[in-house]
Amino acid sequence: MSEQPPIDYIERTQKQYEALGYPSYQWVYNDTAIALAPLKKPISEAKLSLIASGGLYTRGQVAFHYKDDLSYREINVFGPAADLRASHFAYDLAPVRKDPNVVFPVEPLKQLVASGFLGALAERAYTFMGGIYSARKVKDVLAPALAARLLADQPDVVLLVPA
Amino acid sequence: MGLIAREIEALGIPTLCLSSAYSITRAVRPPRASFVDFPLGHTSGRPHALEEQVAMMAEALDGFAGITQSGEIKILPYEWLPDHSWKDAVMQPAALDAAEGDSDFRLPRFDTPQYQYEADAEVADASCPTCVFLA
Repeated sequence: MSEQPPIDYIERTQKQYEALGYPSYQWVYNDTAIALAPLKKPISEAKLSLIASGGLYTRGQVAFHYKDDLSYREINVFGPAADLRASHFAYDLAPVRKDPNVVFPVEPLKQLVASGFLGALAERAYTFMGGIYSARKVKDVLAPALAARLLADQPDVVLLVPA
Repeated sequence: MGLIAREIEALGIPTLCLSSAYSITRAVRPPRASFVDFPLGHTSGRPHALEEQVAMMAEALDGFAGITQSGEIKILPYEWLPDHSWKDAVMQPAALDAAEGDSDFRLPRFDTPQYQYEADAEVADASCPTCVFLA
């Protein structure tokens, strides 16, 4: 039995890159904090939009590819759970393929709506693959595109779930 | 993910990021975060553990009102296993040499769609209106 602090993934990635002979990865360090946007209503009345980066798509959609895929998918959270798929190059897909809720928590969120803890779940969720090498492209292309969609959807809060 | 949260928060919509990678979240500084010390690929819980997933999610969502300082990371009181030795082999260079090592799940990079099932490729709509391709 042993307790350990959380894994330092930045350190382990650097060591892995080093062992593979790759140049070291330039992680993003933000020195400045973004001012907190005020909550306009309690969570029990709020509509929540979900964004997930686990490579989720639905049957009928084009799957993600494994080389800096900047695309995103719109998923109807009230659609059939059996149509959810996951495709990603960088994490163990066995658990998400058994139960997508491990990185795309639609069922627990619906339960919280049913119990009155959460106001509502927005119909449209957005998913992408993550593991995009260029942080600049995420910041300059994907982030503004998703933010614009959220601004149009007008949820009260947004939950972001990385894989 | 934190970069996207920052962008959305700056437009005036409160965000909360879940995380299982403390150091990365610390570095990127999303406005609000909730950390659970689980292996990657389980940010919102274990498979088929709906009750625990619901409890974890409720505690995470409490961060919307509970976090008052931008960049704060709320730590959820869950353990993957009482014994933390599962962390030893994760992304260790030594494990890369072991052909049967399962600590490196990374798959080769392809720039064609990688479907979970071959049958998905047959029913995929190439002009997919809910797929947004950015350049």
